[in-house]
Amino acid sequence: MNHHSTIEPSTDARTLAQSHFRTPRLGTPFQPRIDALGLQQDWYNWAGYRAPHSLWDEELEYFAIRSQAALFDISPMTKYRIEGPDAEAYLDRVTLRDVTKLRPGRVHYTAWCDDEGFVLDDGTLFRLSPTRFRLCSQERHLPWLLDSAIGYEVSVEEETEAVAGLALQGPTSFAVLRDAGFAGVERLRVFDLAEFAHDGATVTISRTGFTGDLGYELFVPADKALSLWDRLMAAGELRGIRAIGYTALNRARLEAGLIVANADFTTAEHAIRADRLRMPDEIGLGFMIDPEKGHFNGRRAILEARAKKKLRHVLVGLEIEGNIPAEHAIVYYKKSQEVGLVSAAIWSPMAKRNIALASLQRPYGDAIVDDLWVEIYAMRELQYQKLMKKAKIVPRPFIKLDRRTANPPADF
Amino acid sequence: MTSSDLNWDVIVIGGGHNGLVAAAALAKSGRKVLLLEAGNEVGGAARTEEFAPGFRVSAVAHLLNRLHPDVVKTLELERHGLKVERGDFVPSVALSKDGPLVLHGAYGEVLTGASPSEQSAWKELRAQLLRYAGVLKPFLSRRPPDPGNMSLAGMTGLGQTALALKKLGKEDMRDFLRVLLMNVYDLLDEQLSDDRLKGLLAFDATLGSHLGPRSPTSLLGLYHRLAGEVGGLSGAQMQPKGGMGAVVAAIRAAAEEAGVSVRQASPVAKVIVEKGRAVGVVTQNGETLRARTVVSAINPAAGPREVDTGFVRKVKNIRMKGDAAKLHLALDRPPQFIGVDAADHKGRLVIAPSPDHVERAFNPSKYGEFSPEPVMEITLPSFVDPSLAPSGACVLSAVVQYAPYALKEGWAAGKPQFLEAIMKQLEIHAPGIGATVRHAELLTPADIEARYRMPGGHWHHGELQADQMLMSRPVSGWSGYDTPLEGLFLAGAGSHPGGGISGAPGLNAARRIIAMRA
Repeated sequence: MNHHSTIEPSTDARTLAQSHFRTPRLGTPFQPRIDALGLQQDWYNWAGYRAPHSLWDEELEYFAIRSQAALFDISPMTKYRIEGPDAEAYLDRVTLRDVTKLRPGRVHYTAWCDDEGFVLDDGTLFRLSPTRFRLCSQERHLPWLLDSAIGYEVSVEEETEAVAGLALQGPTSFAVLRDAGFAGVERLRVFDLAEFAHDGATVTISRTGFTGDLGYELFVPADKALSLWDRLMAAGELRGIRAIGYTALNRARLEAGLIVANADFTTAEHAIRADRLRMPDEIGLGFMIDPEKGHFNGRRAILEARAKKKLRHVLVGLEIEGNIPAEHAIVYYKKSQEVGLVSAAIWSPMAKRNIALASLQRPYGDAIVDDLWVEIYAMRELQYQKLMKKAKIVPRPFIKLDRRTANPPADF
Repeated sequence: MTSSDLNWDVIVIGGGHNGLVAAAALAKSGRKVLLLEAGNEVGGAARTEEFAPGFRVSAVAHLLNRLHPDVVKTLELERHGLKVERGDFVPSVALSKDGPLVLHGAYGEVLTGASPSEQSAWKELRAQLLRYAGVLKPFLSRRPPDPGNMSLAGMTGLGQTALALKKLGKEDMRDFLRVLLMNVYDLLDEQLSDDRLKGLLAFDATLGSHLGPRSPTSLLGLYHRLAGEVGGLSGAQMQPKGGMGAVVAAIRAAAEEAGVSVRQASPVAKVIVEKGRAVGVVTQNGETLRARTVVSAINPAAGPREVDTGFVRKVKNIRMKGDAAKLHLALDRPPQFIGVDAADHKGRLVIAPSPDHVERAFNPSKYGEFSPEPVMEITLPSFVDPSLAPSGACVLSAVVQYAPYALKEGWAAGKPQFLEAIMKQLEIHAPGIGATVRHAELLTPADIEARYRMPGGHWHHGELQADQMLMSRPVSGWSGYDTPLEGLFLAGAGSHPGGGISGAPGLNAARRIIAMRA
């Protein structure tokens, strides 16, 4: 499964035109470098791309995020270029948060819903200029975005393949960028973005990330991807820069209390069962809703659900006693009544606590927060040991690192 | 904003007959109603207009066959000048080289010109069609059932329908369900043999829609027609004296008596939306008018920014490209249709000699071409009301199919040829008519769109087919005259139960608003 053999290329034009099956997973523009480092050969499918779970050692990869600088390829993330005089009004209608408050040179985390107020996806919105945006998301949404553009003077284009992306995260990430020669990067505050020269082209660097740590994200034209990678690796050599896979990142994001679409909630277009759909208020994104701003997709349904108290779920952070991760454990009230499910859980090396994200059925997690338990099945030499552990609802993020927001960023 | 006071309870956009009906019914409930009409005259597609010096004609709709009895009663239209008498009912005449066939009274209570066996077959089929249409009739005067959110009234309504079905008896109920979504062509073949009669029925079933007689579900169009009534008689039809404008004048009189303020030449630029609620309109000359409730009695497609994408998607997918044209001829003298007696010239003359002929006329329209041998429904309004034409002259009004909205060659080039094709058909049935034409006006769907502000120039403001009826009209989820915008309602023919001069969408919308206390 993890073996990529090369089949002799055929010269037959028809076969060539149909050769897509020889590469079942696409490579990203960074693939030559990642393949060279991928000692584990542990790949997964990220939106059709071959992405690493782990490259060399998932423990050490995680600690690269928290102690050094970690380089993570985010090229498979779906990216849309949205441009035009109505781009702001258009995005204000499509997405939940108030785009009129997002200044050029800023980024915000947002989400978008269908007519029924169910979340289609979450993602980040980059305002590159007054009239140009980049929307990054987990899933693909072009038909939805194009139909949403009816009545607006705006163009929407997918640029996932054209633009390569890297996340550089960790305490030494700022120093790496500075040493790589990106002069002025010290001026970026959290959620700022700016453009820098690179290899005859431009790289957009934002002080954003998915780790709760000091970190940056870099977007560059695909043909400049390898030179950017090499530039960062060279500059970061003495600061412990390491390429990492998703397993390490997933731990860091959980410590930061961040949710992942189709892991912690099912996106509306993917859900098959009617009760799996979630409104923003049901996955902790209620803060994005601004009834005072102009119309946005799902507004009517969301406000009605709030007014009529039709919200059925709530996403919470849990701290669980013991040190066994409670991944996908059932949550109980009074040890007997099933009230929810853990969607992600780890022993947090930073918090030194056993943490989890869980989706609960209201009023549990909302009005009733005591006497919650999780049932963990710990496999001990081919035998499950069932552990009923006390769970406490705690605020997210589970860890808060001052260096994430410190200005100027610290030089580690 | 220039005037921020809450001036009106209700603003109705669009003074077509449905807008007028909605406005009148709402004013009668004690609301202060303002009606804004974009054109210089109310009436929309139901106006009587002069198209040549001294010649006046009903602009689009030219026969009254489905003005809803509740509208007549609620607005007391008879007191306001609407006259419907049994003697006004006009026959339908199927023109043919083999001599005409005439349906007298209310949709052929008596059939002449056919063989005795065909007459008895027709008697049976007619009774069956009216029985089945009767099951559907109650749906016309209420909100469509909402399967996702059934109210008590909705349940009761459906219950009544179930009861009506049961009353048909076991055999009839089974047959009703069997034929409901059938094509009209095959049903006619089951029961009739006279091509003239079958041609007429095939034409009536498909009139105003993008369907041929052999298209699945085409029978529904016939039920829709027969669910309509005039003067208490299903299937009856009349040519109103003074043209359709006279009917509109009666509705307008009722509206004004009820206190509706009618403003003509006041096109609305946009609906003002504040926090998801429609709170008024801005006119094209910049005036801001505020109201608690806004009723749009115009085509449903408007204002994508204030509603959700999924809704816009559904609206975008409404099929509303018209396929019928309207012909007006100013004639030097009355034409003589072969074999048609003087009295029947007051009737509806249909050129649709056989179901195959109708089907063949439909075929080219699928590919953006007009019918080389079009089918049509002709009236001669000046026979009923001589004041519509100069003395001794005659007005001819015809609905002609098929004339696709998006003609491949473009209507600028195609229109003269289409007119020629129509005249050729007329010449066959009324020899010499061509020489008497003083003026001809042919309105293609594109012309109807531009002149009457009906996107697509569609007869029914959107195809009236199974997938765009009842709870799917104008779009699924929003069929009950409400819209995703609080305070904004729809009342045009784009809403259930659809087009024709019925006033039912307007009245149903008003009832909905009154029930919601909006």
